Amino acid sequence: MKGLSVSKAVTALMLAGLVLLPLYSQLSGNVFILTLFTRIVILALAAASLNLIMGFGGMMSFGHAAYLGIGGYAVGMLAQEGVGSGFIQFPVALAASAIYALVIGALSLRTRGVYFIMITLAFAQMAYYVASGLARYGGDDGLTVYKRSDFSGLIDLSNRTQFYYLCLACLFGVIFLIWRIVNSRFGLVVQGLRSNEQRMQAIGFPAKRYQLVCFVISGTMCGLAGALLANNTDFVSPAVMYWTRSGDLMVMVILGGMGTLFGPVMGAVVFLLLEEFLSQITEYWALIMGPLLLLIVLFGRGGIMGMLGRAGRG
Amino acid sequence: MAEPLLRVEKLVRRFGGIVATDNVSLDVASGELHAIIGPNGAGKTTLISQLTGHLSPHAGSVSLGGRDITYLPAYRRCALGLARSFQITSLLLDFTAADNVALAAQAHAGTSFRFFANARKEKGLRDAAHAALDRVGLGHRADVVVNRLSHGERRELELAVALASKPKLLLLDEPMAGLGVTESQRMVKLLQELRKEVSIVLVEHDMPAVFALADRISVLVYGRVIASGDPAAIRANEEVKRAYLGDQHVVTHHG
Repeated sequence: MKGLSVSKAVTALMLAGLVLLPLYSQLSGNVFILTLFTRIVILALAAASLNLIMGFGGMMSFGHAAYLGIGGYAVGMLAQEGVGSGFIQFPVALAASAIYALVIGALSLRTRGVYFIMITLAFAQMAYYVASGLARYGGDDGLTVYKRSDFSGLIDLSNRTQFYYLCLACLFGVIFLIWRIVNSRFGLVVQGLRSNEQRMQAIGFPAKRYQLVCFVISGTMCGLAGALLANNTDFVSPAVMYWTRSGDLMVMVILGGMGTLFGPVMGAVVFLLLEEFLSQITEYWALIMGPLLLLIVLFGRGGIMGMLGRAGRG
Repeated sequence: MAEPLLRVEKLVRRFGGIVATDNVSLDVASGELHAIIGPNGAGKTTLISQLTGHLSPHAGSVSLGGRDITYLPAYRRCALGLARSFQITSLLLDFTAADNVALAAQAHAGTSFRFFANARKEKGLRDAAHAALDRVGLGHRADVVVNRLSHGERRELELAVALASKPKLLLLDEPMAGLGVTESQRMVKLLQELRKEVSIVLVEHDMPAVFALADRISVLVYGRVIASGDPAAIRANEEVKRAYLGDQHVVTHHG
């Protein structure tokens, strides 16, 4: 039980830090840190959504960044066409992501293992090239979002602090939903399928439809992250869908701890902070980052959450 | 005679040039314990897999309670009252014993597309799980993760999982496999109890157990049923003796 409390304490500390960050930013006058952490929170949301299918569902999707693009393009394209209301942009972003997930999932879930990884990767790359071909919406160069989503005065996305808290609220909301889902009937079935699909079929569960619904929920959540990300950068380009971005999300999940509630958040914070500070030190930051991640994956089974658990027990 | 609970007719399954199931026909009456025996490689597991839907036959038919289930997927057969245990234990290793059984109960208690309420707090499912665990003598191990259960306990848990789906017909694929002497005796006792409630198809190598338990026995050799009848008739059958040359004395001396 002591091991549990160590990881719980670190998690609580991290969450408190995230909540109080705007205060620190204001007092210290450090605006940059708020911008950085807005991005961290948004990508933590994306990682948490990936963790739902990867960690809990055992579905190694290597194309999760596609939803970042789909959510982002929904916002950007609507803004360009003169639809600036967030009440329209966000639902469209979620619906588009859900539909994409439904189609991709229905096709990909016919396969297992490495083939599933490759086919989700292939579809995401297709989405990338489709976005690159959208001449009307900037093509390769991407699309500038001149005006952030308008929520009729309810919340002002141009206000850094308000936007940060919106993102944080979305992150907490999604984690709350994931917590409920993984302990629900549905969640137990999905985790059972990860553990032993043959057994689950034998006791009467058709695997595919549960996995597909889980896949769609996860994709929709990540679409939300995409819509937020486009608002954060005031820009969306095919690059957010590139396969290396999907890889980054996977690394965040594995780094933080697959199949844990707050692991992906931890992973996103550590990964993106490391990236930020190492890239300030040297241009060749990836040379340091790579081996570092390798060490954690090799020696820290269960990611940071796993290591904290063992540290508490050991 | 009434329609048998399970009817297998002229089932054929080939693997390349090998005919693993060769024109197999057999009936299992309601309330019967029907044992299937045969030397290694006789095609027992292949046959069971076709009954459960994990493998589809190339010809022939399987019907349960008069309904043709030959090409139904495994999960649909389960809904119709067919439950199985696996020859090589197949459980959710990172779940507790109670979770394993509760999931089987959940599969037969309404929709599992419920996303919000905590399933581990559903009293109906937990009660069903504990009842099934008590039935096989694992009540005190309910909250232990399967990884930490002994082999014998896992075999019993397999049974509890099968029971939790309230089956009409239980397909047991070598439930005694790998059990010690005392564990085997406990399993036989348990099956004696269970057979009063549910029809059973038992595939087993343990001859004393088979002859003690079975109402009828079918002998499978090279994918073919060479004999079918009550234990006394099987024991006296010349062809069976020949097929089981090495084990002949076991057949005649025990049971």
